[in-house]
Amino acid sequence: MGGENPYQDDRGNRDRSITADGAGASVDVTRRDGPVAVSPGGPFLEGRAMTGGYGKSGPDILHGCTIAVDRGEIAVIVGPNGAGKSTAMKALFGMLDLREGKVTLDGLDITALTPQARVRAGMGFVPQTHNIFPTMTVEENLEMGAFIRTDDYRGTMEQVYDLFPILKDKRRQNAGELSGGQRQQVAVGRALMTQPKVLMLDEPTAGVSPIVMDELFDRIIEVARTGLPVLMVEQNARQALEIADKGYVLVQGANAHTGTGKGLLADAEVRKSFLGG
Amino acid sequence: MELLNALMVLMNFVIVPALTYGSQLALGALGVTLVYGILRFSNFAHGDGMALGTTAVILFTWWFQSLGISLGPVPTALLALPFGIAAAAALMLGTDRVVYRFYRTQKAKPVILVIVSMGVMFIYNGITRFIIGPDDQNFADGARFLFTVREFRDWSGLDEGFGIRSTQALTVVTAVIVVAALFWFLNRTRTGKSMRAFSDNEDLALLSGINPEKVVAVTWLLVAALATIAGTLYGLDKSFKPFTYFQLLLPIFAAAIVGGLGSPLGAIAGGFIIAFSEVTVTYAWKKVLEYALPEALAPEGLMQLMSTEYKFAVSFMILVVVLLFKPTGLFKGKAV
Ligand SMILES: Nc1ncnc2c1ncn2[C@@H]1O[C@H](COP(=O)(O)OP(=O)(O)OP(=O)(O)O)[C@@H](O)[C@H]1O
Ligand SMILES: [Mg+2]
Repeated sequence: MGGENPYQDDRGNRDRSITADGAGASVDVTRRDGPVAVSPGGPFLEGRAMTGGYGKSGPDILHGCTIAVDRGEIAVIVGPNGAGKSTAMKALFGMLDLREGKVTLDGLDITALTPQARVRAGMGFVPQTHNIFPTMTVEENLEMGAFIRTDDYRGTMEQVYDLFPILKDKRRQNAGELSGGQRQQVAVGRALMTQPKVLMLDEPTAGVSPIVMDELFDRIIEVARTGLPVLMVEQNARQALEIADKGYVLVQGANAHTGTGKGLLADAEVRKSFLGG
Repeated sequence: MELLNALMVLMNFVIVPALTYGSQLALGALGVTLVYGILRFSNFAHGDGMALGTTAVILFTWWFQSLGISLGPVPTALLALPFGIAAAAALMLGTDRVVYRFYRTQKAKPVILVIVSMGVMFIYNGITRFIIGPDDQNFADGARFLFTVREFRDWSGLDEGFGIRSTQALTVVTAVIVVAALFWFLNRTRTGKSMRAFSDNEDLALLSGINPEKVVAVTWLLVAALATIAGTLYGLDKSFKPFTYFQLLLPIFAAAIVGGLGSPLGAIAGGFIIAFSEVTVTYAWKKVLEYALPEALAPEGLMQLMSTEYKFAVSFMILVVVLLFKPTGLFKGKAV
């Protein structure tokens, strides 16, 4: 790690009685929000020509990558491991500094906003990993999802429990003690608690059994039907593209193919290189 | 009867003092564990933060005493406590703004912050000595005893008895109230829960709209309050001497680590484990054993395992043993 910045060199310290490891923020938490400009037209959420990487001096991972999702749509990002799918999602959420490009949400340029401000602006995000609070109960996880809300959120919590009944049974249990599939449900539930205007899911079906996966897909479609735009990254490319209105194939941080879900599924080249024939 | 007398001696010289000392350590360890859980580093400036907070309390106490304000049997320091906490809070928030925040912006590794906190420790250390000097200060007033050994003996008719000093009672009562309030805050309030969320997973806390700088500020407020209360109680009970507070760092860290760093419950358990070990190992058991054992077995020597000068060795020993066999502490610290 470390690299250029001497403050990020821990000199091999592994002593847990001196420092806590893991779970630290990957972004500068002292950052302040920048100005928001009006940027009319365009899709509901769009990252346009995004170029950037991790840290101040890290190499570019994204190269002019464009991702968008519009109202009432499901957009799916697929691509090989390490293509930069998660990085693109984080870039949309302001968790890494863009060197070029911009992010717009509902006609506003939000490129300079911090992640926590984007939540208030209406974005909900389920990261690929570390997407729950492990030592808090399922219910507290959902409460934290509703952190920014000042109104009564019990109705939303009931909706989440209706969507994922197993969570209701486990609501007093620590989320870290749940199975992988149940954790994913907590993670999605937490994001829904903010009542976002757009939902971003990074591999929501990672590590869940085929049956639960089908179920989770059904739930996601159900959520999308309510008019909530859903942008998701998926490894199960074929299944995901089938339900997608819009599909993006990313390769090495750049858009390789873009089209409707059905169109990409029919595209011979996409099938050959990404869907295994 | 003999056993009852043994128990009385035990109460007077072991249980009551260790309960008191344990409460003080627990409050100190809670502060350390909060910084560790939220800011992710061991705060070496905690002992001197306690000293500086207590200094403020002492100054206010003296001022109130000079104005003739008193709480009767209760120490005036209790009245000065909120003002001391406010001063300590201003100090720690100021330190965070001027020092620690820079390193957060740099996303510095926690071990760097540990070293930084040592620098802060020396500065606090210097300020304390500059303001109040390196010597012992006495600021306790009010009633000395809840009841004395003699009063208890007369009342019970036993040969031995135990007394409770008012500062001991005050310490335990205050600690119970503070701990209950802290747990209520962390487990029941929105801000408290957001602190636990932040400690669990900073990135996800951001993604839930939690403002990290607010979490950090609230943490320093709590730490300032805990440190000042712990320091004041210790000062009332024993005496205030800046160097002693620096030395307290060891048993406080031992308590936090034994209990499991990052775990508030562990900090409390650890505090009492360390306190009871220190007191029992350095106590001369002769008198207790004389009462408890038949005459033939009565001990010759003092029956003291270690002289009191070695009390810090006890914390060290427990620390080493825990780190060897249960490095995460008794209450699983930080689930990763
Ligand atoms: N926190 C990080 N710091 C530095 N580099 C990173 C970080 N996270 C990812 N990368 C790098 O960015 C590149 C893209 O990673 P990313 O996680 O976006 O891939 P992905 O498309 O989501 O892959 P997967 O399908 O395996 O989830 C990889 O080369 C990876 O090494
Ligand atoms: Mg990924």
